[in-house]
Amino acid sequence: MSRLSHGTFLVFAVCLLQTSGALGVDDGFAAARQEMIEEIQATVTETRRETDRAQLAPKVMAAMATVPRHEFVPAKLRDVAYANRPLPVGHGQTISQPYIVALMTDLLEVDSDAVVFEIGTGSGYQAAVLAELARQVYTMEIVEPLALSAKERLARLGYGNVEARFADGYYGWPEKGPFDAIIVTAAVNHIPPPLVEQLAPGGRLVLPVGEHFAVQHLLLVHKLDEERITIRQILPVRFVPLTGGHN
Amino acid sequence: MRRVYLCVTILSAGVLAYEILLTRLLSIVQWHHFAYMIISLALLGFGASGTFLTFAGRRLAKRFDTAFAVNAGLFALSSYACFAAVQSLPLNLLEITWDTDQLLWLVLTYVLLMLPFFFAANCIALSFVRFPDVLARIYASDLAGAALGCGAVLWMLHVATPGGVLIPVAASGALAAVIIGIDARWPRWTACAAVIGIAGYALHALPLDLRISDYKGLAQAKRVSGATVVASPSSPLGLLSVLENPAVPFRHAPGLSIVSTAPIPDQVAVFTDADSVTMLTRYDGDTRTVAYLDRMTSAVPYHLAGIDSALVLGAGAGADVLQALYHGVGRVTAVELNAQLVDFVRDEYARFSGGIFRDERVDVQIAEARNFVNRDQRRYDLIQMTALDAFGASASGLRALNESYLYTVEALQAYLDRLNPGGLIAITRWIDLPPRDGIKLFATAVSALKVRGVEDPGRQLAWIRGWNSNTLIIKNGALTGEQIAAMRAFADDRQFDLAYYFGMSRSDANRHNILAAPRFYDAATALLGPERDRFLADYKFNVDPSTDDRPFHFHFFKWRHFPEMLALRARGGMGLLELGYIVLVAALLQAVVVSVVLIVLPLLWMRRSDGAGDSTWSRGVLVGYFLFIGLAFLFIEIAFIQIFVRFLGHPVYSVTVILASFLLFAAAGSRLTEAFEDSVSDARKLAIAVSTIAAICVLYVAVLPAVLTHFAGVGGLWRAAIAVMLVAPLALAMGMPFPLGMRSLTGRRSDLIPWAWAINGCASVVSAVLAVVLAMHFGFTAVILSAATLYVLAALIGWRGVHGGAATGPAPLQHPGGQVLPG
Repeated sequence: MSRLSHGTFLVFAVCLLQTSGALGVDDGFAAARQEMIEEIQATVTETRRETDRAQLAPKVMAAMATVPRHEFVPAKLRDVAYANRPLPVGHGQTISQPYIVALMTDLLEVDSDAVVFEIGTGSGYQAAVLAELARQVYTMEIVEPLALSAKERLARLGYGNVEARFADGYYGWPEKGPFDAIIVTAAVNHIPPPLVEQLAPGGRLVLPVGEHFAVQHLLLVHKLDEERITIRQILPVRFVPLTGGHN
Repeated sequence: MRRVYLCVTILSAGVLAYEILLTRLLSIVQWHHFAYMIISLALLGFGASGTFLTFAGRRLAKRFDTAFAVNAGLFALSSYACFAAVQSLPLNLLEITWDTDQLLWLVLTYVLLMLPFFFAANCIALSFVRFPDVLARIYASDLAGAALGCGAVLWMLHVATPGGVLIPVAASGALAAVIIGIDARWPRWTACAAVIGIAGYALHALPLDLRISDYKGLAQAKRVSGATVVASPSSPLGLLSVLENPAVPFRHAPGLSIVSTAPIPDQVAVFTDADSVTMLTRYDGDTRTVAYLDRMTSAVPYHLAGIDSALVLGAGAGADVLQALYHGVGRVTAVELNAQLVDFVRDEYARFSGGIFRDERVDVQIAEARNFVNRDQRRYDLIQMTALDAFGASASGLRALNESYLYTVEALQAYLDRLNPGGLIAITRWIDLPPRDGIKLFATAVSALKVRGVEDPGRQLAWIRGWNSNTLIIKNGALTGEQIAAMRAFADDRQFDLAYYFGMSRSDANRHNILAAPRFYDAATALLGPERDRFLADYKFNVDPSTDDRPFHFHFFKWRHFPEMLALRARGGMGLLELGYIVLVAALLQAVVVSVVLIVLPLLWMRRSDGAGDSTWSRGVLVGYFLFIGLAFLFIEIAFIQIFVRFLGHPVYSVTVILASFLLFAAAGSRLTEAFEDSVSDARKLAIAVSTIAAICVLYVAVLPAVLTHFAGVGGLWRAAIAVMLVAPLALAMGMPFPLGMRSLTGRRSDLIPWAWAINGCASVVSAVLAVVLAMHFGFTAVILSAATLYVLAALIGWRGVHGGAATGPAPLQHPGGQVLPG
């Protein structure tokens, strides 16, 4: 299937999902969401070599097409909510650009029975995307105003399978684990050992590394079994540091 | 008349102090490089003043007292109020590539911060215009005031918070306004009202509460529940913020192995300028409580050899010292630049830190690392440098402008000289992807070893990496098979990757922390092999070894690949853009554009007939002359401040001694232009001055490094005296071309004096930025030689003007180089 036909298929699928009422109502942002999906798909195709995936799982794209991103950004930024750029959500926090959110979600390989844990709820957008895919999402936020507003927002938007909590995520959420997937969107200087412990065998942990408005690379920790762990460091852009014969 | 000297002195002190203070304030609330960009443009207030006075100078000079008092008062008001206003703007420079609104806020910031410089410059220039007979004295007062302000603000930054220092700086303008007003015999009630107003202002103007960017490390840490700032000591080196959080511990352990289960004890965070963080770890003398320190890449040297003595460069709050003690090192020498940080660990937190800085095994030295290594005569088994500060700044290329003499070819050689036979250097740094920082350091190490005559540098190098840190080992001798085996075991046990060792196969690389390709190994083998030059040329980042002449380790930008990176910006590629360099170039472009406007604007106003009949100073010649000497003055000043940092042992000492020397001796040089009126013509003086400058520049380029190395071991005061003596003859000569040019305008083309001042002021601002750009690409030697060339060109261009100019009478002046912002 060519790049064009992939894109056409996905856009078609997404349109179907939207018109079939995943959200139930036209919120006035359907066209913006569709443009966002097209841009994500184009970028994914372009970066297939770096990310090792020619396309993201259709269910991930569908989730991206469903979640009303504009609900998770400050009112004054609603107009640019679906632009492929990171956005400030207040309290010194940001939400990643849609392409990065989609890629991280895809890397987690969440199935419909999965239990997912997130550190760094922020405005709750990433949790909402995960909630479209997983059975249950647990999310923690250390900045109290953010935690409270995200909890209220997620409940208001009907994400009943998300449990949000104002707490320090370093020690994970042992009573809810083990988790099939963990995403750490808070800045960390090392991977907290309790998180690796609470990751189920076969589970995946994703961590964006970088600065607020510039994700540098993504870290994918794969716990093969209780003994073996691999880490992949994924550059989310099409960029080979060497030119000429070195490639 | 004395009041004018006094007021000019006070105001000049205030405006220079404000310039330095503003750099500090903006570095705290934003980031260093943004501060640099903003100030470089704000200082164009000097140039704008020249342009303004070209139009209004004569009228204002007629009402000198009022004009001076109003402008001085406005300086007082605006220096405080404009910065406060800037703080209220929703400026987020990190977002500038995403959000075009930010450009608007940035322009408003420029305009607001330009105002104080504009008002102060008006006062000084009006004094020259109004009192041309005593101009030389006014000029001397101006320079002396600037030197005074430089020293005063650095002292004040030791004893008060940066926000607090803003008050006396602003008050300098108010004081000057009142003195002028009283002496001008204003109605008493006006003077009284002014004094009461100022007193009330000083009493009510609380130290400014700094509004730090939400995205800086301190702001982020403070948002976490339970965080409390327990102390905020400040110095010219930076504002330290000591943060405790008993509710949510910091757990700072960069580079910790993913398989580590060792707990991290309580920590206290110390932020510098609200960003770069160092952690003080709770320690009770039981090394088992800090076992996590052995699970980091930086611990590898302790597994390769028995370490009895270690030199820790950049000790910070003591993490590396603690790591050395954990590994049983008998003698640790810890070098730290910031005395306040050392005091804090040694005194206030002595108990918390287990008294590590008082431990009899630990010798704490407050010094700049390179300077200490040059002076120190001892030898060590290990030299340890762990530079894991604020990751955000490092990752986004924000440090591109920061010179670092710690990671140059010459630095690594100096470290090797301090090692015992078989001793190790271990340098740990963050990992960036695609890799550039680590690769540049490896390239620098290879060059350093080659310069020492090592035939096979690869035998003395080893390199490991985790997912976010990498440690490079440089041995004084070839690594043994046992050492390589020990390194392999160390890395395997912690799931670190081997990046390079002699004889390593490619299949051994990239096994735990998997990249798309073994980039670190590939780079290392390329740099050690015949493809080195091609690799350096082809790599998409600048990873050429850094040297003392081009000490920009963090400068990775290559123009050739800029379009590609920019195109990737919206597709997750922001991390590829080296923002620091881009900001620098943006600052240069802005300064050039605004300068052109400020210089051209008066031309529109001047009548075509102006200047008719005067063939000595055509407008083109005038622009060329004052432009070149303005550019050249700052080129030399900035290069010298950089060069003397290592010699004087501290950036603050370098700024103070070098800047003050340049100002005072340039003033003396200016006075010298009035000597020998009868026997030596101005044109001849210009020739002598420029010849002297060129000769000294060439001489210094050739011998200065050797001279400074020779005297590196003498006492601090002697070093300062040597620095002054070295600067003196150069500054003396550099103080002459500007007044000589101005003198020639006096009488015949006095109307052009403010315009010449504007040109020179604009050139000075452009020069401060251009000097850094040139140094990045060609080195500081090239900057100095360019300055010498510019002086010669200026002399050739301006020869006729100076030759045919007024033989007597002083001329209106400003600083010979305009503004004096240290690089």
